[in-house]
Amino acid sequence: MAQQETSKIATAQFAIEGEMTIYRAAELKQVILPHIDHANVIEIDLSKVSEIDSSGLQLLIAAKLEASIRDKQLHFVGHSKPVLELLDLCDLGGFFGDQVVIFPHGTH
Amino acid sequence: MDLDDALKTYIIESRELLEQMEDALLRIEQAQDDPEIINAIFRAAHTIKGSAGLFGLEYIVAFTHVAESVLDKVRSNELRIDPELVALLLESRDHIGTLVEHAAQGDEPDADSDRQGAGLIARLNTYLGNPTGETTAQGGMPVEHAPQIEREETHSVATDNWHISLRFGNDTLRNGMDPLSFVRYLNTFGRIIQIVTVVEAVPPLSQLDAESCHLGFEISFQTEADKATIEGAFEFVRDDCLVYIMPPHSKVAEYLDLIRDLPEEEMKLGEMLVKCGTLTRDELAKALQKQVEEQRPIGEVLLEDKIVRPEVVAAALDRQKQVKDSKSTESSLIRVDAEKLDQLINLIGELTIASAGTALVAQRAGISELQEAASTLSRLVEEVRDSALTLRMVQIGATFNRFQRVVRDVSKELGKDIELVISGAETELDKTVVEKIGDPLTHLVRNSMDHGIESAEVRIANGKPARGTLRLNAYHDSGSIVIEVGDDGGGLKKDKILQKAIERGLVAPDANLSDKEIFNLIFEAGFSTADTVSNLSGRGVGMDVVRRNINALRGSIDIESVQGQGTTMRIRLPLTLAIIDGFLVGVGSSSFVIPLDMVVECIELSDEDRRAGEERNYLSLRGQVLPYMRLRDTFDIRGDTVRRENVVVVQYGNARAGLVVDALQGEFQTVIKPMGRIFSHVNGIGGSTILGSGEVALILDVPRLVQLVSTQAEKSGLELA
Repeated sequence: MAQQETSKIATAQFAIEGEMTIYRAAELKQVILPHIDHANVIEIDLSKVSEIDSSGLQLLIAAKLEASIRDKQLHFVGHSKPVLELLDLCDLGGFFGDQVVIFPHGTH
Repeated sequence: MDLDDALKTYIIESRELLEQMEDALLRIEQAQDDPEIINAIFRAAHTIKGSAGLFGLEYIVAFTHVAESVLDKVRSNELRIDPELVALLLESRDHIGTLVEHAAQGDEPDADSDRQGAGLIARLNTYLGNPTGETTAQGGMPVEHAPQIEREETHSVATDNWHISLRFGNDTLRNGMDPLSFVRYLNTFGRIIQIVTVVEAVPPLSQLDAESCHLGFEISFQTEADKATIEGAFEFVRDDCLVYIMPPHSKVAEYLDLIRDLPEEEMKLGEMLVKCGTLTRDELAKALQKQVEEQRPIGEVLLEDKIVRPEVVAAALDRQKQVKDSKSTESSLIRVDAEKLDQLINLIGELTIASAGTALVAQRAGISELQEAASTLSRLVEEVRDSALTLRMVQIGATFNRFQRVVRDVSKELGKDIELVISGAETELDKTVVEKIGDPLTHLVRNSMDHGIESAEVRIANGKPARGTLRLNAYHDSGSIVIEVGDDGGGLKKDKILQKAIERGLVAPDANLSDKEIFNLIFEAGFSTADTVSNLSGRGVGMDVVRRNINALRGSIDIESVQGQGTTMRIRLPLTLAIIDGFLVGVGSSSFVIPLDMVVECIELSDEDRRAGEERNYLSLRGQVLPYMRLRDTFDIRGDTVRRENVVVVQYGNARAGLVVDALQGEFQTVIKPMGRIFSHVNGIGGSTILGSGEVALILDVPRLVQLVSTQAEKSGLELA
């Protein structure tokens, strides 16, 4: 996994690559959390997420929550196909409020 | 949970279930509409599908689902079982088997099986009453039947959909399950109309244990499946998860209970239900109002309102019974690695030799206490040996039952009506023998069906019932197991066989052969009645290979045939391949072992017979002619002859023969050690063993010797005549 921080303390941009599954859930939490601690605006690039399961989804939700409680902005960008499919399956596109391609309903 | 192990278990279970399914499918043709059998088939398919979903084996789920839908229709008496449907279901079963094997090898089905699957789905769909191709396996359940739910029109909600509330337990992820896979699984037998992911329980990231599960779902679900099916989807997580399944048009009060039962705030949950389209806003308002009015405990409400439907109870009971059943068989059976058993048998073989050695030493030492101890030891070793050997004994029934399918398929292929009659299924024989006898039996069965049993017209013309009968029978007979494959067909045509054999130069044109010898010609390599070869028994192993396979098992095969009435092939096999009770005899300085089961009696060779032996090789045993051979001559043993020789009378099958030996040395337990390759052409020797003294004794191949003796006798008899 590569994460580059564009070094303005206020903004953090980084990408999550590879699987977002239970096998890496604990590790990924430790990756995301410091960014929320240190920046006010966090942008997480999901374009290289190859696989995502419930634990990954939970991480996204928890990250969003954490940010909103601490009055920071957290966005997910560049959702990869597996992420989009998951959001569509759970109908959670609206929850994150990010720009995603909306699948028409009924295609489940 | 180790997923690999679990998958392995799943594969083994699936194979067993498929076997049960096949068995049940074959039985149902006879026992029409027996709900027990139909249920068994349905359950098998259902369980395979359910577990496949858990492992993400979508291709199994997709296909099995369609088959299961058809079975469901049969179960609810909307479809009647007929031979065509059974054939289709059998094919589907085979296809599921193929898919399971793909899963076992860890690959995806190839194009071939995909095509086959698609074809089967199309045919299955015609039973479901929808045009081919319109409903894919992934689509909804096309079965049209009204959900049988107790309804109370006045207080029911309007929606036609099921409502499912899921709250996954904290450990769900740790247990190796992905909540979303259950949601995906729902899509395989219905359609998720609307889903609301319940994220209220998810803590902020800093407090999140990333491996705990805090997710839940509210799902509005459209399906024709019954509650048991939906519940089945969650069978594996039900213990630590909250699962509520509301049938369509459930009572408002039930939703009220749901709202009360779930951990989220009432209003929030109500909103979710509205969002799901399960409740309208009005209904929600009514429900919440009602909640204020009555403050009853939930359990009471549940019971009173009969949320639990009778069929759910039935399903639950059924499942309980299954658990109980499997428990009771679990406690009485254990699976043991066959290799471990083999090792045990080997060790016991060595023990037998050692104990025989001890007995010998004790006898020589002449200490009576030692002899007594040794004989106790031998007796115990013998008992241990016997019980160890029975461990490997399996009933032949399972092998026989496999032929139900063979007979069914082949008779369809041949357009003949043939019934399989099985008897002696409980006869036991060594597992290794069972494994090796399958192929030769298959060939004999096919052969009998193809060449033996005539077509219906011919049968009727000959005054026989139109339906042919094929018999499989097994029984124990003097230390051997006998397996018979019989038919009531036209019998072997002697003159035709003889003519073919002469054409092929297998026998001389002027040879005078007995019936038995003529029949045995069909086992000769290169013998084939070419004009009758069909695609069935003309291919694969020939009869010569059958005989070779059986000989390799130290068995033999003979044929009994009456023209116009039928043929019986009789296979005679040793009960076990490892250890035998032997009878030790001495010739010169050599020792030989004769399998004790084949020894009939021992007599002394009279001087008169001995003198006559120069001219003839038979003697008179109580007025009966008994051909005999001198082992001294047969094996070319040098050394002085003894003054008094003995004759051991042996019997194999129906033939008897005498073996002339120097000394009778008594019973002896023998572990058969195979002979080296270079000795494989030595006639009359079946193996070797080690005596207690460390010397090697050869085990006589009695069947071969008996055959040798009788052919010699017949020849000399002919010369005399």
